[in-house]
Amino acid sequence: MTDSVITSNAIKIGHTSYNNPLVQSGEDATFFVRNLDFWYGDFNALTDVSLDIKKKEITAFIGPSGCGKSTLLRCLNRMNDLIAGTKVEGTVLFENANIYGPSVDPVDLRRRVGMIFQQPNPFPQSIYDNVAYGPRLQGVKKKAALDDIVEHALDKANIWKEVKDNLGKNGLALSGGQQQRLCIARVLAVQPEVILMDEPCSAIDPTSVQKIEDLMAEIKDQVTIVIVTHNMQQAARVSDTTSFFLQEVAGEPAILVESGPTSEMFTNPSDRRTEDYITGRFG
Amino acid sequence: MSTPGSLQLVTSRSRIKEALLATLFFACAIVAVLGVALIFAFVAYMAFPVITEIGFLDFIFGTRWSASSGEFGILPFIVGSFVVTLGALVIGAPLAVMTAVFLSELAPPKLRAWVRPAVELLAGIPSVVYGFFGVVVVAPIVARLWGGVGFGPLTAWIILAVMIVPTIATLTEDALGSIPMGSREASFAMGATQWQTIYKVVLPAAKLGIIDAIILGMGRAIGETMAVLMVVGNAPQLFAGITAPIATLTSQIVLDMGYATGTHRTALFGMGAILFIISMALVLTVRLVARFGRAHG
Amino acid sequence: MAPEMTREPASKMTQGRDKKGSTQGKNVANNVALALFWVAAGITVSALAAILLYVIVRGIGVVTPAFIFTWPHGVNAEGGIFPVIISTIYVTGLAMLIATPVAVLAAIYLAEYARQGKIVNVIRFAADSLASVPSIVMGLFGFAFFIETLGLPFSMLAAALSLSLLMLPIIMRTTEEAIRAVPRYIRWGSYGMGATKWQTVSRVVLPAATARIITGLVLAMGRAIGETAVVFYTMGQAINLPITPLDSGRSMPVHLYLLAVEGINMQAAYGTAFLLLVLILIFNVVARYISKRYSRIKE
Repeated sequence: MTDSVITSNAIKIGHTSYNNPLVQSGEDATFFVRNLDFWYGDFNALTDVSLDIKKKEITAFIGPSGCGKSTLLRCLNRMNDLIAGTKVEGTVLFENANIYGPSVDPVDLRRRVGMIFQQPNPFPQSIYDNVAYGPRLQGVKKKAALDDIVEHALDKANIWKEVKDNLGKNGLALSGGQQQRLCIARVLAVQPEVILMDEPCSAIDPTSVQKIEDLMAEIKDQVTIVIVTHNMQQAARVSDTTSFFLQEVAGEPAILVESGPTSEMFTNPSDRRTEDYITGRFG
Repeated sequence: MSTPGSLQLVTSRSRIKEALLATLFFACAIVAVLGVALIFAFVAYMAFPVITEIGFLDFIFGTRWSASSGEFGILPFIVGSFVVTLGALVIGAPLAVMTAVFLSELAPPKLRAWVRPAVELLAGIPSVVYGFFGVVVVAPIVARLWGGVGFGPLTAWIILAVMIVPTIATLTEDALGSIPMGSREASFAMGATQWQTIYKVVLPAAKLGIIDAIILGMGRAIGETMAVLMVVGNAPQLFAGITAPIATLTSQIVLDMGYATGTHRTALFGMGAILFIISMALVLTVRLVARFGRAHG
Repeated sequence: MAPEMTREPASKMTQGRDKKGSTQGKNVANNVALALFWVAAGITVSALAAILLYVIVRGIGVVTPAFIFTWPHGVNAEGGIFPVIISTIYVTGLAMLIATPVAVLAAIYLAEYARQGKIVNVIRFAADSLASVPSIVMGLFGFAFFIETLGLPFSMLAAALSLSLLMLPIIMRTTEEAIRAVPRYIRWGSYGMGATKWQTVSRVVLPAATARIITGLVLAMGRAIGETAVVFYTMGQAINLPITPLDSGRSMPVHLYLLAVEGINMQAAYGTAFLLLVLILIFNVVARYISKRYSRIKE
């Protein structure tokens, strides 16, 4: 392991001090983020984010639009690599491995850190093929094994009962909420250690939202979940830890205001700005 | 479950495979570049003796073409190509632009569902069929109404005009389709008629797209071979009226290629090189128009 | 103006009015102008109808099973055009076989792999230029390069190679557009699960784009079938039934051209023109059907 120096897109930036008072023991942290800065071209979108994401918990990122919470989420499995002209500085360790290290292939990282997007994005293929996609990528070929994985994943994603008689149906023919649960099943089928959810419920019907929140509670003893949400009630309902992000001045980088146990954040936030946001004074 | 550093496990083999595939795709894309380079280099190479054997100026500005007496002036063909092309544009471009406006702004959806495929089908008809139609239908009509044999610029204009309509119309319709609905509504809301909206809002907004479309239609017309060959009359003489037979760069190449040798053949390649340069110039113009469009709004 | 406006029924909103008095004139101008657009579209459609109807009426009686399946004979090329049909299909198929893999892979490069920059600009400019090269120049090149320089005989292969240069940019463009039409977030779904680029392209993007790619291929094929100038001096003009790619033959458009200019057998010319149009129509209908089915699935 090349300790803490992080390079992204071959640009080496700087050192991170482990003497930072924020650093605790990384033992139960899945992600260990220190002094992270993010650029879209010349625009510094996020600055100096330091944060631990605990294993087998649900962490919620909240904050008004443009506060960089989705950007940070996409740093955690290097999805931002797909956008030209982006740049990351700082440290991101996943299971103590530097994910921006020179020998890390983002492809491998994403096998272990799956992602759900705001817009449900099933492939234009059958439900079965959608869920079997990941296992097939990893070389699972036997029909029986695939059948098993598909059923389990759909079951965990709370959608098996609705689709079990129609596995050959095109994934795009499902309703929006069903599509999102299908996408969750698709990710669960590869047994990731972490699932990143980027506003998974903002484009779907309330019944499905309920089902997705239920399934999150059910699977959280097996996977770590990070969810970005606009909906504070949702954050309060589902998460164990909440992190509040804010861009205080337009054009300036956003920051992590504070992070803590959800119950405390919503009842007794330590920062004035968090309180303002939670009580609806802005955003 | 996971060990530190296990992130680096699977990669090297799949990385090599990915890189090889990317290289293969790149190589395929380069084929297009090589193709153009090869065509131009080869045609230019074959045409080069034009300069030594005929002389560049005598070649371009010579008005007499006679293989038997060794005279190879191609001005009649250059003039012929431009006469045929411009005439076709004068008839075809307004027809095409108006058809596109009809499709995009006026046609009831049901009618549009019939007219648009018709325009596309017009693009699919082989040029030899257009030429054939020109020979058996248009030429006799032209001969009866205007005298002469019926083969000449006028017949070519009519046939070519129809041939370039789909090229110009589809591209113009694309340009019209990309204008936001709001600007039309704003015009209507101020009390403008539909015609005023088309004339003052829609067409100006699509101006660059329409210019592109017409340039590409021009390229299609100038390079068109078989249909022109069949109806233009094929006399190597300067334009002398709408029913007097002429010849174009393309038609003369087809006519002579079968038997030409020596300098004659070289001259044909010289005409090919000129056609190539004209078509490249048109492509470049389209690019410049696009760049201008980006720079000005 | 205001009271007038309120009397105006909503459906007439588009027939706006002027400040005062000239309303009438303005409406007349509007109606005349709009009528002209209808006339223009009418002319375009009539031109198509005239060509189709004329060729169909004159040709349909000529086209019998014997016309399609027998050989021509005699000085006036009486009888059928079987070898000409086969030559046409042969050269078109061969050209597609050569052009399609290269063009599709090149399109994948442009749509998925290339970073915008100088190289991509050069490739696009080259493809645009290739698409604009007049077909007779392509024929001239094919003749001088494949036949005279490389020593190929007048043959299906020489013609198909020349033709494939013409098809290449067309297929590249339609394929690239088809790939680009696949929504970005569908790709994210695949990348987000740890798929590599090629896995994403081959298992998600290309299957999603297949229908549109095939539509483009079918239309390109229709274009190739009618192409005359490119094959005129590359595949030979004698009537022959090609077996190997090195055999010569005469394609339908060339046959139609020779019959028409020589005026020896106009019946066969009408028949050939009719068959050519039927082929083109079939290709268009098939392409239309595929893209319709595709858009239905997408909903």
